[in-house]
Amino acid sequence: MAKIERPLSPHLQIYKPQITMVTSITHRATGIALGVGTLLLAWWLIAIASGPEAYATVSAFISSWFGQIILFGFTWSLFYHLCNGIRHLFWDAGKGFELPTMRKSGMTAIIASVVLTLLTWIVAYAMGA
Amino acid sequence: MVELTLPKNSRVGTGKTHTKPDGAKNLKTFNVYRWSPDDDKNPAIDTYYVDLDTCGPMILDGLIKIKNEIDPTLTFRRSCREGICGSCAMNINGTNTLACTTGMDEFNGDINIYPLPHQPVVKDLVPDLTNFYAQYASIQPWLQAETPSPSKERLQSKEDREKLDGLYECILCACCSTSCPSYWWNSDRFLGPAILLQAYRWIIDSRDEHTGERLDNLEDPFRLYRCHTIMNCANTCPKGLNPAKAIAEIKKMMVERR
Repeated sequence: MAKIERPLSPHLQIYKPQITMVTSITHRATGIALGVGTLLLAWWLIAIASGPEAYATVSAFISSWFGQIILFGFTWSLFYHLCNGIRHLFWDAGKGFELPTMRKSGMTAIIASVVLTLLTWIVAYAMGA
Repeated sequence: MVELTLPKNSRVGTGKTHTKPDGAKNLKTFNVYRWSPDDDKNPAIDTYYVDLDTCGPMILDGLIKIKNEIDPTLTFRRSCREGICGSCAMNINGTNTLACTTGMDEFNGDINIYPLPHQPVVKDLVPDLTNFYAQYASIQPWLQAETPSPSKERLQSKEDREKLDGLYECILCACCSTSCPSYWWNSDRFLGPAILLQAYRWIIDSRDEHTGERLDNLEDPFRLYRCHTIMNCANTCPKGLNPAKAIAEIKKMMVERR
């Protein structure tokens, strides 16, 4: 019998998005963003060590609108990864697996990350950064 | 391997729209995934109209009515029609569930039906679950003990028996495993939620004496640890079980036995 080329049934294309799966993929995405953001941080630190001209270049980039957007995204990634990371700590201890708890903790992580990010930026601007 | 799009031969097209039954007032639209190995066509979505006034209340009733009265070529698995055999597991309006225990009145509007996600399709709504069953066999799902069998049965305390609640109810319908993105990308090496829940069912059984060997078998970056607590499994389980919790318990035992 000839081997039949079977199609693969649809998956991501048809699966209904749910809060738990969205928080999970966002955790991974923000993890990657943090990796890239750390390069930015390293660039900034190296510039500090290299002298005033180098620092001025970095400083100009960071305070441009584009730099600010990246920095804002980096801040949110950091807080989201932190908040959702706390959920992971509970799960590693075998806690918080009931579905209503899962959804609540997911919403909490999202809201807390946004609030913390906004607070950080408000404080930073208030301090004249 | 993560592959977000479908291979060329699996892309889904538009199929046939069947005529509406005469004089029916209470119609429900069924959009159903079709694929046949007998021609070289790609999968397609066929549309059927079911008269709810002359049909049973469940999605499975609708499918059986379509097969009996509209299109006998429609192929799907079904047996017990009461949520205990797991045959009619399929993707209904975006989540995996049993067609026999899902009511038509749970959905407003059209009902979209696909086979269980990310599986090779045998025909229409029938997925090839060979890999799933092979993985089940790999966890040796039977009681293993060195102690000679007592003359009657092996006894268990009430408390120990209670540890099997939430595990023994699993009917291996594969809804959870085929809802899991980790299983979609790594089903060749990751065992998936259903099989891991079954594995835990034997690990935690006080009568089983091969707990160590069972844990050894799972101590692997893929077999167990591809679970990232995405939770699609528990969200979709038609029996209301929580495979993610069982997997977390196995992970805990791995740490505790060091």
